[in-house]
Amino acid sequence: MADLEYFKLSKPQKMLRGIGSFFARIPQGIVNGLKKLAQLVVSLFKGLGANIADLFTTFKNGDWKTRLSYLVMGFGSCARGQWGRGILFFLFQTVFNVYMFMPNAEFSGCYYLGKLSTLGTVETYKQGRKTVYGDNSFFILLYGVLTIFFIIAFIYTWRVNIKQNKINEQLLKSGHKLKTAKDDLDSLRDEQFHKTMLALPTLGVTVFTILPIFFMILVAFTNFDATHQPPGKLFTWVGWDNFNQLLAMDSASYGDTFRHVLLWTLIWAFFATFLNYFLGMLVAIMINKKGIKLKKMWRTILVMTIAIPQFVSLLYVSKMFAADGLVNTYLMKWGWISSPLPFWTDPVWARVTIIVINVWIGIPYLMLIATGILMNIPADLYESARIDGANAFQMYRKITLPYMLFVTGPYLLTSFTGNINNFNVIFLLSGGKPLSLDLAGGAGHTDLLITWLYKMTVNDTNYKLAAVIGILVFVVTAVINLIVYNMIPSVKNEEDFQ
Amino acid sequence: MSEKNKIPEVDIVIDQEAGVIREVKPDKLRSKKGHERRVNTSIYVTLVLMSIIWLAPFVFLVFQSFRSYLTESGGMVNYLLPKQWSLDNYTWLLTDPSSDFLRWYGNTLIIALFCSVLQTFMVLSVSYALSRLRFKGRKLIMNVVLVLGMFPGFLTMIILYFLLRQLGLTQDGAVPGLILIYVASSGMGYYISKGFFDTIPKSLDESARIDGATRSQVFRLIIMPLAKPIVIYTILMAFMAPWGDYVFASYVAFGSKPNYNVAVGLYQWVNVNDYQGYFTRFCAGGVLVAVPVTVLFLALQKYYVEGVTGGAVKG
Repeated sequence: MADLEYFKLSKPQKMLRGIGSFFARIPQGIVNGLKKLAQLVVSLFKGLGANIADLFTTFKNGDWKTRLSYLVMGFGSCARGQWGRGILFFLFQTVFNVYMFMPNAEFSGCYYLGKLSTLGTVETYKQGRKTVYGDNSFFILLYGVLTIFFIIAFIYTWRVNIKQNKINEQLLKSGHKLKTAKDDLDSLRDEQFHKTMLALPTLGVTVFTILPIFFMILVAFTNFDATHQPPGKLFTWVGWDNFNQLLAMDSASYGDTFRHVLLWTLIWAFFATFLNYFLGMLVAIMINKKGIKLKKMWRTILVMTIAIPQFVSLLYVSKMFAADGLVNTYLMKWGWISSPLPFWTDPVWARVTIIVINVWIGIPYLMLIATGILMNIPADLYESARIDGANAFQMYRKITLPYMLFVTGPYLLTSFTGNINNFNVIFLLSGGKPLSLDLAGGAGHTDLLITWLYKMTVNDTNYKLAAVIGILVFVVTAVINLIVYNMIPSVKNEEDFQ
Repeated sequence: MSEKNKIPEVDIVIDQEAGVIREVKPDKLRSKKGHERRVNTSIYVTLVLMSIIWLAPFVFLVFQSFRSYLTESGGMVNYLLPKQWSLDNYTWLLTDPSSDFLRWYGNTLIIALFCSVLQTFMVLSVSYALSRLRFKGRKLIMNVVLVLGMFPGFLTMIILYFLLRQLGLTQDGAVPGLILIYVASSGMGYYISKGFFDTIPKSLDESARIDGATRSQVFRLIIMPLAKPIVIYTILMAFMAPWGDYVFASYVAFGSKPNYNVAVGLYQWVNVNDYQGYFTRFCAGGVLVAVPVTVLFLALQKYYVEGVTGGAVKG
């Protein structure tokens, strides 16, 4: 449709078109995301191919020092006088070899790698009074994963070692000098400064985030739960069974509960994001309005809810609304109600109460954000609008709202996904209650996926389903992000801000 | 009624920008002023109402913490103001041998102090490297962190617990264990401070580099002094977070009462124990936790506001 035609439409028609094109673009967004993924895979394989080819040519054209480095890492570096690098390479290789082929087979990498396909076959059993421990599936899985990580790191380092040989050979041929150990150290403070800064954080994230996530993804494909707990019992691979259980369409298994919880998670995230957004903006506009005094005081009062640790404020508020809490007892004392209102015992009441209390938590935060942005809106926009006779509401709709939406678009997205994972509010307020016999896995009517996951882990020790839920939360978040990002026409260009 | 006198008794207004003369009836102007006043009044009414709603729970909390444990009940009662004001609950918390509160408080404080130093170090190095240095794999790191961030944080709870147990950092070692967990992955929360570093003009670095400064000198001598607001923001956030963490703290310290942090200890008073007996003690503990944290937060409010607004705008 041409622009001209678009302007001829009436308001409702325009809105309809807007909504229509929003949904029309969803498939496009998905396709774009898939395309990017495919490109990524292709480039990955191309890079791999180029690397392997390079390995062959380096071997063919290299001298004996280079060739020997294929076997003994760091040999070439040492032979060419770069002792520091050479020794580090060699040490790494030694550590790797010792770990993989340790004489005490129980602890070697090869042992765990070999058992990874079954996760252990020897059951723990009792011989008289003594317990004879068999295989420990948990260890096998964990150290198996560790070994795989280690092997990948080894291959990478080995590749770097060969690349260095190639570069050094070329440098020497063209008459350059090689870098000394001192040069290397100096460069860590200059050209390679990013390595210095990122080394520790990368190590931390690898050990405490990437490795655990990888492990848990694998757990989703095992039967690791209360009845298969090492060291007493073994667990093993079960393929997609757990996913089938959770996504099943019949009501007998976890499928119904999962859909119920997912639906509430999305409803909750929607309200928690947008209700807070608009109310917070409204409050910011009120406080910032010309002629309102004591701006700072109003802000500070609201900000109190951010300052006070949530476990104090939310736990207290949760007790305020309990059947014997202040709200109910006072309402009864004043004779407004005869029996306590079911704030936490009726599913609908509980959900509404949570959303309302969350407004209490969320408004201050959005008020602060909106205040910052409102101050950036050029004042002359409002001035000219006022001269043209616009009233407050029109100015809000034509200036404030579009500007806010434009600037905070990405924030809305992160806030939505953040709310999907908003553990604290639900856990401290209702703990997922009220519980229901219709729901499996100890889930309650106000449980989000994330609190359900928590219950699965802590109460039921049903690790396999917890892992599946975790993965599904990831999928939901990723899909929402991909779609929205691909629908925003110009993906933010990072360098533009600088 | 002095407002009325201010209104000019004219019926022609010259609109300079539009360059036209408009006729405006004086009574219309007056009604506009009246309208303005009505709007302001209703805003004030709303703000006062909101202030009451926002402050009420905290005021109630303080009231109930002063209710006498000995002569009244320590549970939930159907009135607000204590019949007898006393410091019973506070004395019990701080002096009674069966109260672990001081220990919990100490644990939390230690965790918070260590985190505020180490976490700040991690966050600033990551955000600085990603914002102002250009190197191969930079985009890749940012994408990986983005993807990792989409996994729910509690997914990996059991495996983290196991890793810590191998290191002897659970139960009795819960405090260093928690510090390790909080700090290790904290580099992933680099967004806000990266946004801040992005706004510092690049020409600063470039001119220093031309003068022969190394990149690490640029970081230490040029950028860090300018980054005071974001440093304070990061410290503040790192300091406040451990006070409210229940999930990891309860899991890592599982069953070892003296190694709880305040959140775990007080949560269990309200939810696991017979909370009717512990309710006012919970309130008193809550006040003791909330007061220093709140004072610190309000004192540094300015930096917090800069942080969140900057972060939200940059996304």
